[in-house]
Amino acid sequence: MAMMEEKLARAGRARTKDSLLRRMGRDLRRNRVIYLMALPVLLYYGVFEYGPMYGLQIAFKDYSLGDGILGSPWVGFKHFQEFFESFYFWRLIRNTLLLSLYDLLFGFPAAIGLALLLNELRVQWFKRTIQTVTYLPHFISIVVVVGMMVDFLARDGVVNQLLMLFGMPETAYMREPDWFRFLYVASGIWKEVGWGSIIYLAALAAIDPTLYEAAKVDGAGRWKQALHITIPGIMPTVIILLILKMGTMMTVGSEKILLMYTPLTFETADVISTFVYRKGILESNYSYTAAVGLFNAVIAFTLLVVSNSLSKRLTDTKLW
Amino acid sequence: MLNRRTWGERTFDGSNALFMVLLSILTLYPFLYVAFASLSDPASLMQHRGLLLMPEGFSLDAYKAVFDNPMIPAGYRNTLFYVTAGTAINLFMTSLGAYVLSRKGLYFRNAMMFFIVLTMFFQGGLIPTYLLVSSLGMIDTPWAMLLPGAISTWNLIIMRTSFQAVPVSLEESARIDGANDWTILFRVIIPLSLPVIAVMILFYGVGHWNAWFGAMLYLRDRELYPLQLVLREILITNSTDNMTTGASSLDKIPIGETIKYATIIVATIPILLLYPFLQKYFVKGVMIGAIKE
Repeated sequence: MAMMEEKLARAGRARTKDSLLRRMGRDLRRNRVIYLMALPVLLYYGVFEYGPMYGLQIAFKDYSLGDGILGSPWVGFKHFQEFFESFYFWRLIRNTLLLSLYDLLFGFPAAIGLALLLNELRVQWFKRTIQTVTYLPHFISIVVVVGMMVDFLARDGVVNQLLMLFGMPETAYMREPDWFRFLYVASGIWKEVGWGSIIYLAALAAIDPTLYEAAKVDGAGRWKQALHITIPGIMPTVIILLILKMGTMMTVGSEKILLMYTPLTFETADVISTFVYRKGILESNYSYTAAVGLFNAVIAFTLLVVSNSLSKRLTDTKLW
Repeated sequence: MLNRRTWGERTFDGSNALFMVLLSILTLYPFLYVAFASLSDPASLMQHRGLLLMPEGFSLDAYKAVFDNPMIPAGYRNTLFYVTAGTAINLFMTSLGAYVLSRKGLYFRNAMMFFIVLTMFFQGGLIPTYLLVSSLGMIDTPWAMLLPGAISTWNLIIMRTSFQAVPVSLEESARIDGANDWTILFRVIIPLSLPVIAVMILFYGVGHWNAWFGAMLYLRDRELYPLQLVLREILITNSTDNMTTGASSLDKIPIGETIKYATIIVATIPILLLYPFLQKYFVKGVMIGAIKE
């Protein structure tokens, strides 16, 4: 009896003495195949995701290829200061924010609107056909889409030929700074509105049908049903996507802008990320543009955090 | 019970349907225009004004010119290579990561998850990434098209969610039969997660097919150019000249136009042909990826 108690006590002591390190060691041994599998994945993240974060220190240095990242001298906030004082600063901020703001005002609701309208279609084959058609442009490469825009919107392109029938003056739309924002947002809607609607359609499909039955019994028409059941039903999805969108405000589609803009439209088209590409990659101003990129990323991250906490407070919906 | 519809409802349904039809025309017509124009006789197309409801005249010269240009078949070959090799790498790496993160009770799981998810919100940016790829000696090698972006964190999370749904009892019985984690992943989990695998193949595959920015950053050697970069030259930087050397200078401009249209068609056909078969997987992908509370 006493022996058994002693045994139990020893076992208890052993359990508490078992250090974290030893338990980890045992886990490593038991799951060694899993840790082996994790290795390439962690290596990928270490090299290709964290490598560039490590490289970001060149924003505070005068980077030269010869000295490398570590060898280049520290210069503090020199590059940031230079950027804040440069002629480009306000233009880039304005263009970046305006393009994403217009996209938020027109592009974001467009997908919700399409989903709501699709949801009201009662004939199933018709609904499916429209969906198939509107999803399609999402899969066409951005190079092809901008290529078609360049062609259709040229001075002698089909859009001008049509508009001239209505007495509109001939305009080289892709070369006009005033048209850039409209074309950017409109082509974005054309390409992505159908695709963007899928997630809302999923949210709509998840709404409990008995709610509609109950509303009908209470005498609600389709307008009232949409107002009081459908729209509140998709609100959490809308808010989550809105937060995510806020997080990408500062990284507006630079790939598309690089394809769309010309020096003639830089005035309204040039955004921070395209500026980074031009000055950084094409003109090899690595440190300066790394600083510009970092400034951009910090604002983007702040926007994400702020919109998430706002949403948490106002609506109880949050990303984290 | 049949609902009698009020006059207002019928007006709404009618205008809604009409709006949808107009939207479809607006979406599809640009492709139809391009298709008609690519088959048109170049000279007649130049004369034509306004919309096309069928080809103006008929000529396949533009398609001949497109395939005679060595850059297009080479771009096709390169793109096919990047799509297959790239997607294979994506799939292998993503399944590994998804499997590891789906193991319950793993000591470092939460730390790993944090390490991975953090990269969704903060990244080094274009310049440090470019310098990294260049310091790894991957400039002007196909690796630059395959390794950066080997895992999309978003896809990794989707796949992990799907792997977690596989019943644990199946794994346990496999383990009793002597299976180790490799066998469980490739013989049990993946065969049971085919829908999500299909979605991943499509997402990654379409991504590689449409990619051009990485190629522009990392590839100087024209031999390695993917199709999209060739397209950019033809469609946007406007260099059909080297394709029309055979034609007399008078014919150059008109055929240059139809060549652009033919190029668009040639580059878009694979997606257009596959699309009806793939659509349901695409939609499923968005649904799986949809945020759950």
